[in-house]
Amino acid sequence: MGIRFILMVNKQGQTRLAQYYEWLTLEERRALEGEIVRKCLARNDQQCSFVEHRNYKIVYRRYASLFFLVGVDNDENELAILEFIHLLVETMDRHFGNVCELDIMFHLEKAHFMLEEMVMNGCIVETSKANILSPIQLMDKTS
Amino acid sequence: MEQLKTIGRELAMGSQGGFGQSKEFLDLVKSIGEARSKAEEDRIVLREIESLKRRIVEPGIPKRKMKEYIIRLVYVEMLGHDASFGYIHAVKMTHDDNLVLKRTGYLAVTLFLNEDHDLIILIVNTIQKDLKSDNYLIVCAALNAVCKLINEETIPAVLPQVVELLGHSKEAVRKKAIMALHRFYHKSPSSISHLLSNFRKKLCDSDPGVMGATLCPLFDLITNDANSYKDLVVSFVSILKQVAEHRLPKAYDYHQLPAPFIQIRLLKILALLGSGDKQASEHMYTVVGDIFRKCDSSSNIGNAVLYECICCVSSIHPNPKLLEAAADVIARFLKSDSHNLKYMGIDALGRLIKLSPEIAEQHQLAVIDCLEDPDDTLKRKTFELLNHWFIQTMNKVFEHAGDLVNIKVAHNLMRLIAEGFGEDDDTADSQLRSSAVESYLHIIGEPKLPSVFLQVICWVLGEYGTADGKFSASYITGKLCDVAESYSSDETVKGYAVTALMKIYAFEIAAGRKLDILPECQSLIEELSASHSTDLQQRAYELQAVIGLDVRAIGSIMPSDASCEDIEVDKSLSFLNGYVEKSLEKGAQPYIPENERFGMVNISNFRNQDQLEVTSHGLRFEAYELPKPSVQSRTPPISVASSTELVPVPEPSYYRETPQTAPVPSSSDTGPSGLKLRLDGVQKKWGRPTYSSSSASTSNSSSLKVVNGVTQVDGVSSGNSKTHETSYDSRRPQVAKASSHASERFHTSKSTTIYSADNAVEKPNLVQPPPDLLDLGEPIVATSAPSVDPFRQLEGLLDSTQDPGTFGGTKAPDFMALYAETPAGGRSAGVALPLSLNRDGDNLIPGLSNASSNTVHGGTTVTNPSQISKGPNVKEALEKDALVRQMGVTPSGQNPNLFKDLFG
Repeated sequence: MGIRFILMVNKQGQTRLAQYYEWLTLEERRALEGEIVRKCLARNDQQCSFVEHRNYKIVYRRYASLFFLVGVDNDENELAILEFIHLLVETMDRHFGNVCELDIMFHLEKAHFMLEEMVMNGCIVETSKANILSPIQLMDKTS
Repeated sequence: MEQLKTIGRELAMGSQGGFGQSKEFLDLVKSIGEARSKAEEDRIVLREIESLKRRIVEPGIPKRKMKEYIIRLVYVEMLGHDASFGYIHAVKMTHDDNLVLKRTGYLAVTLFLNEDHDLIILIVNTIQKDLKSDNYLIVCAALNAVCKLINEETIPAVLPQVVELLGHSKEAVRKKAIMALHRFYHKSPSSISHLLSNFRKKLCDSDPGVMGATLCPLFDLITNDANSYKDLVVSFVSILKQVAEHRLPKAYDYHQLPAPFIQIRLLKILALLGSGDKQASEHMYTVVGDIFRKCDSSSNIGNAVLYECICCVSSIHPNPKLLEAAADVIARFLKSDSHNLKYMGIDALGRLIKLSPEIAEQHQLAVIDCLEDPDDTLKRKTFELLNHWFIQTMNKVFEHAGDLVNIKVAHNLMRLIAEGFGEDDDTADSQLRSSAVESYLHIIGEPKLPSVFLQVICWVLGEYGTADGKFSASYITGKLCDVAESYSSDETVKGYAVTALMKIYAFEIAAGRKLDILPECQSLIEELSASHSTDLQQRAYELQAVIGLDVRAIGSIMPSDASCEDIEVDKSLSFLNGYVEKSLEKGAQPYIPENERFGMVNISNFRNQDQLEVTSHGLRFEAYELPKPSVQSRTPPISVASSTELVPVPEPSYYRETPQTAPVPSSSDTGPSGLKLRLDGVQKKWGRPTYSSSSASTSNSSSLKVVNGVTQVDGVSSGNSKTHETSYDSRRPQVAKASSHASERFHTSKSTTIYSADNAVEKPNLVQPPPDLLDLGEPIVATSAPSVDPFRQLEGLLDSTQDPGTFGGTKAPDFMALYAETPAGGRSAGVALPLSLNRDGDNLIPGLSNASSNTVHGGTTVTNPSQISKGPNVKEALEKDALVRQMGVTPSGQNPNLFKDLFG
């Protein structure tokens, strides 16, 4: 299945976006997010961007105050996921312009829409920024 | 009144070209953003829930307001609180005709509901309708929902429409329709078994996005059944070639690399198709070689593609040139300063050494460095590699050296697997075990494995086969029965297999699972119950007895994973004191110690006796020898003990070379009655022995071997396993002692039967040896080196820095130290590292993505166009800042990061 969840969490451990590609109950999500965030936030620059947790591998990357964490299966290419995160941030940046944490908070649904274009069934299905953003731009126009 | 104000503000902001949300929403987001603790955040959310509960049911809510409420519900759930009171409103929103509202509604329900939720039924109709919409964006929104909400039962309701959409004029729709089919395949493969050809067709779609998406379901299909897709090898190769040659639109480039994510998926598919298929693999060599050559090794994404190439190369039929290219990339990864690349390098190395073990040697030092790294992820990964490596090397030793491998080596291996690294790191230990189990299950089907190896395999499978839950008891027991059947002439192996079966069944009972005894196991037990070998009979009957026990009894006689527990031997047999006293009161004769009866025992008696030992443990039909004094001297001092022997076989008939097959009566006594053996003089770990008079028996046996050793130094090559064994021991008494201790743990750990490796060590022996014999063992230990020692070879592989002077009697401990010490050092270092979160967030991208790899390849400039071109766009940032301030959202001291540009 590849990607099992995508989380955006800030430095204080507050969730800013959560998308799961397999069903977890609210309690399970809460527990999992707590554990992962604690684990990843405690790491430093010298350590690699991959953490094994339960049966997931977490690939994470930090941008300013915001951490992007992607939970993947064991046979996923970690470096590629790391770059997928960067592609996501680049895409959001293209849309919002100098994207910051607040943009994602104010436009949570748009951040989700972008993810919906990029990832389906836990697989990366679209990597062209133009293709990812075009439905969102069209919606902006109609509304 | 307040509401009017809000609407007024909202209108005002709309006209200002603001974010289009109400002040209320902005305030909520702002307060959440500035919450200093989880508790504060929880308070805000709880207040929000109360307010939403009240207001969401008010009549006549404007649609736009409702959309905002729905997003606020998403916030509530995202922050860990229940928003189920509002689900129905999200469902209702999917019915709206407005695209934005509909899509927001679909988004919310996919976040809130699982596929089995009762409300789904209210959405399926809407989805059906929307799949037919003229607006392709509405169709896309519905297909997104299909991929999240449709379950096995509802597939038929939407399947025809989804299939129809595969031919839609918009590529976005075709892409999502393919992914919907992919979802159906996961939920119920049979539901679309007649539609699989669509995936092949869409591979040739004119749009690269659709083609790229189609690779996802094809990857899964090929994972399950590679043979049905061999005809596509040529197509995949040709697509990969085109992608690599930059023939896709520029929009798919990422950091100047052509469609890297598509390349990676294609390489994954080729790895599956080329595995074990020479012909298919040959088609791939050129294109993979091209990528190796052309791929930009200075960027993360380039390295990601290169890593995938290595995975592919190590999966398909080997090609020397490609293996060489892969080894070069691995060398670069391992030498890199980037921990990410090191991690990938270790992983890749683990894949490649299966094909070319010699590359392991080149990277010894780099691997050892990773082992000492403070980064626990990296260390763990390295352990995984070393475990795998170690098990594989041991497998090779057994496969090549066959039955020449000394049984002690096997015992040492079992001990290592059981005890792990002597660390508290349980994960690393269980990793080693899982690694061993997996590797043995893989190897077990091969014909003609050496007996010693099979013993190890059976033991490990019995002990750890079901431990990690990956393999079922019936799978493991089936394999064990196969072994017993295929090697029916090898009674030792059969003995191991039966005991392993007993352990598996005992663990099943202990775990409260219902026993599922395979028919072949049943017939094996029956067959062995009538075996000519008393040992096998014994084991078979014990197995049957164990199967009939309840959880509590099993827990005490066969505790799970207790092979490393120490067994205490009560040598003074104090538990009999009461009995003895009672008997004495009744007028029984007091016990006279043996040496008082017979005086000092002559060594030659022992030796004679040793040589007289019979080499078979089957029933003996010839007459027993005449009793000799020395035999008497070794019988247990108190007759009560021997009266409970399960199998009263006379002592001299034990054959010390096949210890695991010789039941030791005394243990059978101690097991069921819960008494513990205590070995006072025997050390627990490797190391210098403390020979004391209390462990007289140990010194007896080793000194005895010295005597033997002199006579058969040249007899080693004769293949006489008995003499070989003895001389081995005489050279390294500590090791022999420790390992015999290990093997005795192995034998006694949890079963009612103890199969002793070295009777002399275990049995209480009251004979006092002549004191000068104690010294004999020492000098010999230091001087001679073992003739064949796979551990030594391993050490060479694992630790090149080892001081050769430490070889000899203490080499085994050093080998252990390699495992034992590094994690400890690493851990403490990890603790000592400052948990700094206050890193400068301004320079993140170069720091994470490129800087590290660039420093290695000195001078390569960071080629990140988006970054360079971007720079901090001051104007845009200022505008945004001004806008939010105008809306009343002011960065406070608490969380100014909210405004920080993610790209710095």
